[in-house]
Amino acid sequence: MNRRGLFSLQLLITTITALFMIVPVVLSMLAGVTNNYFIGLRSGFTLKWVAQVWQMYADTFWLSLVIALYCLLITLIIGVPAAWGLLKAPGRWAARIEECLMLPVALPGLATALGIILLYGQFSGLRDSWVFILIGHVLFTLPFMMRPVLAVMQAVDMPRLEEASASLGASQWQRFFTVVVPNCRNGILAGAFMVITLSVGEFNITWMLHTPLTKTLPVGLADSYASMRLEVGSAYTLIFILMILPLLLMLNAVNHWLNRAVSRQHKEAA
Amino acid sequence: MNSAAVTVTLRGCARHFHHHQALQPLDLTVYPGETLVLLGPSGCGKTTTLRIISGLESCDVGGEVWFDDRNVTALPIEKRNVGMVFQNYALFPNLNVAENVAYGLKVQGVARAEREARVQEMLALVDLTALAQRSIDKLSGGQKQRVALARALAARPKVLLFDEPLAALDARLRDRLRLEIGTLLKKLAITAVYVTHDQQEAMALGDRIAVMEQGRLVQIDTPQNIYQYPASKFVADFVGAINCVDVDVHGNPQRFCRPEDVLLASDDRYTRRGFIVASTFLGASQRLMIDIGLAMPIQVDRHARETWHAGQAVSWTLAQDAALQFSA
Repeated sequence: MNRRGLFSLQLLITTITALFMIVPVVLSMLAGVTNNYFIGLRSGFTLKWVAQVWQMYADTFWLSLVIALYCLLITLIIGVPAAWGLLKAPGRWAARIEECLMLPVALPGLATALGIILLYGQFSGLRDSWVFILIGHVLFTLPFMMRPVLAVMQAVDMPRLEEASASLGASQWQRFFTVVVPNCRNGILAGAFMVITLSVGEFNITWMLHTPLTKTLPVGLADSYASMRLEVGSAYTLIFILMILPLLLMLNAVNHWLNRAVSRQHKEAA
Repeated sequence: MNSAAVTVTLRGCARHFHHHQALQPLDLTVYPGETLVLLGPSGCGKTTTLRIISGLESCDVGGEVWFDDRNVTALPIEKRNVGMVFQNYALFPNLNVAENVAYGLKVQGVARAEREARVQEMLALVDLTALAQRSIDKLSGGQKQRVALARALAARPKVLLFDEPLAALDARLRDRLRLEIGTLLKKLAITAVYVTHDQQEAMALGDRIAVMEQGRLVQIDTPQNIYQYPASKFVADFVGAINCVDVDVHGNPQRFCRPEDVLLASDDRYTRRGFIVASTFLGASQRLMIDIGLAMPIQVDRHARETWHAGQAVSWTLAQDAALQFSA
């Protein structure tokens, strides 16, 4: 096949794939601002569904946001040092622990949630609070923070860097903050992306752990799909996307800002 | 030049990992200002020894490490004030050249003005002043290792430790950097321990060489003595080529010599006979393989301009005192 034909074919496949991924989302978002979905856009454009959802479910929006940010904070505080520890653990143990870490991912969310309920469910104060959901989210997202961080640590040969740092007189703390953290920044950012998106969109575990007073956005979404007009559920999707997009853009901006800061530093120095 | 140079003493330092004895109890003294090279094949315990001196590894209970009259056995590496140079450079990728060199001074709380002056001094020492603000990933391997050297020296370490620092470089660069390191070590007169498996590197850099085999120190002496009076066949073989020139009645090797110590003639002026089976041109010299009727042909080094050819019959003998005497 000539180059032109090959290019056209690639373009076609890429377009089809992109459409395959985007069309359902766009349709759902459109349905959320349509007066009557069964008549179609002809029936007119409206924000009443969005307003109705916001009125009924605004608290789920904020709760999801809060849980996602706390989840990120905790996975950072636990995940980065844990990855560091894993890196330095003797070979066969590290491999075992790494396997165990992936268990909550491989296991159905419902099973994980059941385990959490069995273990912590008896503490009614905890059971009724959103922290209960946060526990589930941390359990589920922690491996997604640890894996990219661990991968970057292995790629830069972190143990050797640390030995060099120690030989120059740096204490354990100094090593962690001046060598380990700065040199796995890319892994931390990749992990942060995963943690935020997974936490915000998490349904399986959350559905088991929530109470009527602690609904997150995806749980509310299921609720509205099940009990209300299709347009309401779709308007909800719209709000969901409006929430996750700024979060991701913000993380991306942080990444760019850090990269620029580093290169600016190098330029200024030069 | 450096009156503050430190004596490093190991007393009964052993190390085992699980059931494997990586290092037999070792007594070793590194004299102030000298460069001691630990030489041996991989797995001989040389790196373990270096790591015990540095504090990255602890020795088994009973062993002791002393810097002068100070027992540092229980001190972790960050308290020992050593400088280390690693095979893969281990430079911090998040810092530029000058920041890498400044790192040790910074974590030790040296004031900014003094720090900057010292960094400039170190960069000048390794001839990298022009690259001070360069990022690490834009350096060649040789430049990286010079940065690592400057970084290790910046905090005025008591002991400088090298872990195969040239092994990752290509041959030409390796030779040049070896010369530079040698000059620097002489100039600084700092106590240094240098691990390598390359005998040329060991000969060129070591004031003394400690040859190790299977966790044991087998010989420690000057490069000349190690080469000319090796304590065992292992040492002789490791630091250069050897020939077996005589066997006993059972065919066991009896006498050995170096390839450059064979006197060779195309006529029959010498007592022993042989013929050339192969010759290899090496640029400045040529290496001849000569069948002398034993299991292995002997190797003989000759000047490149002489004309020898395969199949040629020769007479030969050993130069005076050239037979190697093994004490072990």
